[in-house]
Amino acid sequence: MKLSRRQFTKLAGGGLAFASLPATLMKAGLAAEEPIKVGNILDQTGGLNIYSMKQIQAVAMAVDEINEGGGLLGRPLELVFYDAQSNNQLYSQYATQALLRDQVKVIHGGITSSSREVMRPIVQRFGGLLFYNSLYEGGVCDRRHVSTGMVPGQQLDALCPYVVNELGGKKGYILAADYNYGHITAKWLQKYIRDLGGEDLGVEFIPLDVSNFAPIIARIQEAGPDVVWSALVGAAHISFYRQFHATVGKDEIMLAGTTYAVGREQLELTPEEGEGIVIATSFVDDLQTEAAQDFVARFKAYTGEDDFIGEYGEYGYRGVSIWAEAVKKAGSAEPDAVIDALGGVSIEGAGGLYTIDEQTNHNTMNIHIARQGANRRFEIIRSFEQQPPVDTQLVCNLIENPNDTTQYVVEVE
Amino acid sequence: MDTLLVYAYQVAFSFSIFILISLGLAVIFGMMRVINLAQGEFIMLGAYACVVCTAFGLPLWLAVPAAGLIVGLIGIAVERTVIRFLYGRVLDTLLATWGLSLLLVGLVTTLAGPQSQSVPADLGGVSLGGLQVPAYGLVMIGSALAMLVGTYALWRFTNLGLIVRGTMQNPEMARALGTNTSMIYMLTFGFGSALTGLAGALLVPLFGASPTMGLFYIAKAFIAVISGGPWPLLGTLSASGLYGSIDGIVSFAFSSVLGEIAVLLVAILMLRLLPQGITGRLRKGL
Repeated sequence: MKLSRRQFTKLAGGGLAFASLPATLMKAGLAAEEPIKVGNILDQTGGLNIYSMKQIQAVAMAVDEINEGGGLLGRPLELVFYDAQSNNQLYSQYATQALLRDQVKVIHGGITSSSREVMRPIVQRFGGLLFYNSLYEGGVCDRRHVSTGMVPGQQLDALCPYVVNELGGKKGYILAADYNYGHITAKWLQKYIRDLGGEDLGVEFIPLDVSNFAPIIARIQEAGPDVVWSALVGAAHISFYRQFHATVGKDEIMLAGTTYAVGREQLELTPEEGEGIVIATSFVDDLQTEAAQDFVARFKAYTGEDDFIGEYGEYGYRGVSIWAEAVKKAGSAEPDAVIDALGGVSIEGAGGLYTIDEQTNHNTMNIHIARQGANRRFEIIRSFEQQPPVDTQLVCNLIENPNDTTQYVVEVE
Repeated sequence: MDTLLVYAYQVAFSFSIFILISLGLAVIFGMMRVINLAQGEFIMLGAYACVVCTAFGLPLWLAVPAAGLIVGLIGIAVERTVIRFLYGRVLDTLLATWGLSLLLVGLVTTLAGPQSQSVPADLGGVSLGGLQVPAYGLVMIGSALAMLVGTYALWRFTNLGLIVRGTMQNPEMARALGTNTSMIYMLTFGFGSALTGLAGALLVPLFGASPTMGLFYIAKAFIAVISGGPWPLLGTLSASGLYGSIDGIVSFAFSSVLGEIAVLLVAILMLRLLPQGITGRLRKGL
């Protein structure tokens, strides 16, 4: 189903912003200019929509704010939203449609690594630009692809030393979703744990539709780890946190997550089921900085919703803001001009300073270690300033090889 | 000994899940021959009914039967408005119930949102052979057995059960003997729906409720009932026992991926070797 921006804003409850929009555009004298089209392909429906719901709204909010502020290069933005329904085939269909029929200047979208890999060749073929606003396993080396979310070199670089050395999680047991994200993240986890002198007692990959974790939890207990590392993804896997709490409990074995809270999992669990889980994140609502709290307040006013926004919501706003900054720098919205201008583009975002690394088209950002406390709030334990995407930098150099389109997988012994 | 106990629990737990998700279908498809593709969504409705009941302050052990009752009534409404016009029209039933399943997923997503919800059982864990297992897992195993035995007893030992079995076997004869077969069909469909709703509600504390959860169960339910063969209850029991054992043992000994693969592989083999189902060679019965 394709939803025009207007229909969408209505649905999203942003009625007020919607009503004021044409007037604002008129005042700014923008309505006459030809709009710059921005495509957004995400899952509004289907099993993976827990990751997309807030991001869809955040992208709309970023576009509306830019329009209220006079647009880009004197032209208004027009958002075209496509609901990929958690279906990779629709990602390929809509990416083609966005670039060929709707002539968008940029596509923001993709949640799973598989959806990104479906879109990347299409964006390549038609000379577009893809902003992938999601955390992922790293290694994509492609000038037409910009990653604004965390990669393992940023997230695990902060999280693993804390859990292994300071919390005493020497012996780890890794659970990961059974597709490229989970497999590569598990390798990274193993590497970090071993480099820190820890031990990985087991690694398990779990298909996305498995919700019975009884045999897995039994195996975990037999192995007897200090900490379980979760790189689980999607609605069925949330059952793991429930069943773990009902069986072993986090007092016995710690839980650390690379994806937990990203899909707002803590809201779907009881406060007790989620309490104590340790994560590394580049944005949570409980981040006590002025920029973060300002973003949270504006988002809540825009959507009229009062619940947790989380990392993936902020990613959407972050992606559009970084792209807009690059457009200003390039003086053009044409993909090739924006790509040339992207290196070193920097903005002050809700999670701190974001800078695009020219060598990899990835994002340098602050990383925060947080622990879920009482009432589903996160306590920030420690912050790491300006973590570069070191893992991808090891394998990717777009300055030297601008025509590279490979996703490198770092070999982990 | 300890390992044996752990295996026994894994098998019993897998078995109970198979029984829970397929018992309602055993009545609706196994006895009534209605291919209900909305079966997974009936499980989902049961789960949501349980969530809503507890939100209204009902304790979990009351919310579960209430959810069964609610889904039973929904089932009766569905039978009266859709199914009763389609008895004997297999393809039409298939389409109608598939449409119904899409409608229900959409409706629940609109009303309750796409996120999953859960109700904790708060029973904690119990130690079994040195390993912790959720106490609620034992509740699920017990409930599955109770539902199975209860259904068997209802069909086998009561007058109503006799009339229902007679109606399913030969509706013309039953009608000639003065039975209101339309009423019996309605009640049987309602009973099957209630069992399904009960199962959905029982799953909530460990698996949660989400609008698309039906998808995870529908295939397994049909696999169990179809490979069970013409005896709806005994067939479902034996098929659930078989698949539950395979899933429990392989998933625990190797991995969940292999567990899923093994179940599907055996299901294919079963269809090849016993196309009539496990109970296909037996004389007709329950």
